[in-house]
Amino acid sequence: MFEEVGRTETGDLIINIGPQHPATHGVLHLVITLNGETVKKIEPHLGYIHRSIEKMCESLTYRQYIYVTSRMDYLSSHINNHACALVVEKGLQIEVPQRAQYIRVILDELNRIASHLLWWGAIAMDVGAITPFFHAFRERELITDIMEETCGARLTMNFMVPGGTMMDIHPDFVKKTKAFLNFFKSKLPEYHELVTGNVIFKGRLEDVGVLSKEDAISYGTSGPVARASGVSCDVRKLYPYDVYSQINFEEAIETKGDCYARYKVRMKELEESIRIIEQLIDNIPEGEFQAKTKAVLKLPKGEYMTRVETARGDLGVYITSEGGTTPYRIKFRSPGFSNLSALDHMVRGSKIGDMVAIMGTLDLVIPDIDR
Amino acid sequence: MLKDILTTIAPTGTIDETGEILSLTIDAKDWREVAVQLRYHEGCKFDYLFCVTAVDWKTHFTMVYHFDATEGRQRLVVKAKINDRTNPEIETVCDIWRTAELHEREAYDLMGIKFLNHPDLRRLFLTDEWVGYPLRKDYDDPINMIKL
Repeated sequence: MFEEVGRTETGDLIINIGPQHPATHGVLHLVITLNGETVKKIEPHLGYIHRSIEKMCESLTYRQYIYVTSRMDYLSSHINNHACALVVEKGLQIEVPQRAQYIRVILDELNRIASHLLWWGAIAMDVGAITPFFHAFRERELITDIMEETCGARLTMNFMVPGGTMMDIHPDFVKKTKAFLNFFKSKLPEYHELVTGNVIFKGRLEDVGVLSKEDAISYGTSGPVARASGVSCDVRKLYPYDVYSQINFEEAIETKGDCYARYKVRMKELEESIRIIEQLIDNIPEGEFQAKTKAVLKLPKGEYMTRVETARGDLGVYITSEGGTTPYRIKFRSPGFSNLSALDHMVRGSKIGDMVAIMGTLDLVIPDIDR
Repeated sequence: MLKDILTTIAPTGTIDETGEILSLTIDAKDWREVAVQLRYHEGCKFDYLFCVTAVDWKTHFTMVYHFDATEGRQRLVVKAKINDRTNPEIETVCDIWRTAELHEREAYDLMGIKFLNHPDLRRLFLTDEWVGYPLRKDYDDPINMIKL
């Protein structure tokens, strides 16, 4: 792969960024054709951490495969687990207790806040501001502490299982979550003061990497990337799962489609996540946290597709079952993979410095793309 | 409604309503014509190609395409059956839905399905020298594969 470094026949320079590079946020390898400083073409080379999760899952039972999926989009591991639990529940028609549904949605949203906080710190760092990263991690630490107490892990939680959650929440969970929300709400204005209105930051992001609505749909983008281009695609609204249908929240939509619009969508989502948790946290019903299920789960013959909204977009889990204890074929449609396919289109014609900002607002998580 | 349109654009296909999403099974050679209709027909307008995947049924392959219409919010699954197992081929749709380009490369890489007229059909995850297609059911790698 590396012999590609050099010049093309027309004199354009070919350079490699990655697989080890701070701007790629993981082992992503981009081969870039440059004319001066203008990007003419970007070609992603994937597979540096491909673990073949889909093949692995073919020999794992429906209880075991949850653990592998935390390792895909590790910043939304709760939400990945949620998708996998939902698809099994759909196949076996398991009625999930209300308590479990509430807990799952609260954890999903906490996870989304944690993921967006990391992104917020990283995008500021990508365009040259170091300080926001520490602000973001101060708050994110509180969430990982809450997760650690309840789930026993800080990053790959494996907490949601078919039928509900693995355990009940920690006695301090409600108190600590509320304390976090209050603290976070007092800090959010600081975020906007520090970064959102910053002239340099806006200069780097505004009118950069514009993705039109038609292209956003055609490239199959989802999540904040598509919503910044005016596509209404929030799975929590379109195909609500668990208690999302009863919650009052708004879908964050911008129309401009540039990097700054994607930034604003994610900042709006932070506020909406707070709203969702606040509606649920005081009303967690008493009762079971897990439905009674058989020890061995066998999905009836057929095909199942579930979609959930992760912090990055629309995650689809597609299972083809032959009636056994393991899936015959499983496919994870990861949001990052489709979002990455739009990268070349967005970066073409802009300067190489802008590429870093565009990649930052795509919020790529490489294990999610490689699977 | 959608069912009637599907019977006109794919007369040889079979429609299955028992699943959660309406599904249409067709032969791989009809895929390209059906795809154009699905995208541009007034009653379909499936502009969002959500997921592309291939399933190995040991005797044949099926390509499974999940569609969404952003206007009207219809959903559809199309399964294109590829009967030739030794040399599986199907037309590309990456000029209709741009997202298909990477998804089809993935299917080529891991399942070995050739997409005709694809602009850049190379391996995506694995190295160019890799022998075999790992997601196929008959794939065996005695050194690297962990059998559970």
